Amino acid sequence: MKNKEPLKSFNPDTDPLISVKNLQKNFKGLHALNGVSLDIYKGDVIFVVGPSGSGKSTFLRCLNRLEEPSGGEVYFEGVEITDRNVDINKHRQKMGMVFQQFNLFPHMTVLKNMTQAPVKLQHIPKADAEAEAMKLLERVGLADRANSYPNQLSGGQKQRIAIVRALCMKPDVMLFDEPTSALDPEMVGEVLQVMRGLAEEKMTMVVVTHEMAFAREVASKIVFMAEGQILESGTPDEFFNHPKTDRLKQFLDKIL
Amino acid sequence: MNIFSVMGEDISNFFQQFGNDFYLNFVKNARWKYLVNGLGVTLKVTLFAVLIGIALGFLVAIIRSTHDKAGTMSSLLKFVLNVLNFICNVYLTVIRGTPVLVQLLIIYFVIFASVRIDKSFVAIVAFGVNSGAYVAEIVRGGIMSIDQGQFEAGRSLGFNFAQTMWYIIIPQTFKNVLPALGNEFIVLLKETSVAGYIALEDLTKGGDIIRSQTFSALMPLLAVAAIYLLMVVILSRLQKLLERRLRSSEK
Ligand SMILES: Nc1ncnc2c1ncn2[C@@H]1O[C@H](COP(=O)(O)OP(=O)(O)OP(=O)(O)O)[C@@H](O)[C@H]1O
Ligand SMILES: [Mg+2]
Repeated sequence: MKNKEPLKSFNPDTDPLISVKNLQKNFKGLHALNGVSLDIYKGDVIFVVGPSGSGKSTFLRCLNRLEEPSGGEVYFEGVEITDRNVDINKHRQKMGMVFQQFNLFPHMTVLKNMTQAPVKLQHIPKADAEAEAMKLLERVGLADRANSYPNQLSGGQKQRIAIVRALCMKPDVMLFDEPTSALDPEMVGEVLQVMRGLAEEKMTMVVVTHEMAFAREVASKIVFMAEGQILESGTPDEFFNHPKTDRLKQFLDKIL
Repeated sequence: MNIFSVMGEDISNFFQQFGNDFYLNFVKNARWKYLVNGLGVTLKVTLFAVLIGIALGFLVAIIRSTHDKAGTMSSLLKFVLNVLNFICNVYLTVIRGTPVLVQLLIIYFVIFASVRIDKSFVAIVAFGVNSGAYVAEIVRGGIMSIDQGQFEAGRSLGFNFAQTMWYIIIPQTFKNVLPALGNEFIVLLKETSVAGYIALEDLTKGGDIIRSQTFSALMPLLAVAAIYLLMVVILSRLQKLLERRLRSSEK
């Protein structure tokens, strides 16, 4: 498979990093996504919220084709990655993903978890990859756990490792699917702290979460989904203080 | 005569008889060599058959679970996969649906009929191919039992399907199925005892040769049984040890 080049030259400062056009996803008759369109620019911190089953995870997972869209297009850095002939593995290297269940590799040490992909896929010398991993570990306060195995870590530690594991690939965007939902309450803070740091460094992020206070604090834009569609999107202020649709008003009433 | 001297006489008779039998069956004409050489053959056949079984089993299991998981791929690849999967299914059905002895006889008298070939090689092929079918189902179960999230995490980092299998899924599967693979080794060790049907002089056949020469069945056959038992006990111990080490490497 060859890599499809962008049709025109992609300008990261003016063109959307990710452009989603009329995205559809059917699960055997069930319409999980009904035409979702969204432009995500470099440095955006997009929060996706909405009731359970509204298609938030499906949307996020379609962005790196972990879920295969049934229709519509996703452009990433100017390349249509929903094109079947595109080498999706190449593009996924630039899209970090963090899962609710951490999904660390239990048979590898923390350091190996982090360096495996850069070493094997980007052919970075092992020593360099490890130095980079140690730097990231220090940043999230887990340098002393480099040689631990995942099952020796707490949930909060696991998720922080999962984040830096994705960062080791030097991604251009980070996708988060409810990164704190599987955590004990006292561990949520440490993970949000890491994400806050990323947002401050202008990392482009798409975050599915139920942490409304956190969304209000760090989002550049909040997207409200229901029944497989984006019903409303705007700044945190517009979202919380001036909701336009009844659906969003109901949703906010229920959760705030 | 009191009862103790009668018993004493019996006991000394017994030991004398035992000594004679032992001498006849194992020492005379260096008959013990039938057992030692036979054990060597049995271990050799088992070891190589297990290796073939594991290789074949993993291959078949990977093909089958790739086929089951197959998401997006070109239609040519899908076609190839369908064909491979079909072949695997036929292999599994035939091997698991017929006795291993029949398979051994067919491979020796039909498939290798026209060539002069080392009998232990035939046995290795037959038991390896047989074992592969059972290992395949063990490994497939092992692959299926791995959390889908592991697969997704690998793919999301940019590993392709094969790399995700190789770096992430297979190592975990291997660890999970190791106890079952150990059992397979033990089962195979005992199953190879039918290799005498193609006149391969394995451990069982060795004992049987002694029996046919000395016309005493008890001692050579008990010796054969004892050696199998000892092997199995040792293997079970090793298996436990290995499992414990693997487990502690994650603690
Ligand atoms: N693999 C799948 N097979 C069939 N249906 C699915 C699958 N994944 C999701 N769905 C369905 O698609 C719809 C959207 O699911 P999705 O997981 O995207 O919702 P969500 O907004 O992330 O919900 P939650 O907040 O509970 O995580 C739901 O009705 C769900 O049952
Ligand atoms: Mg979800």
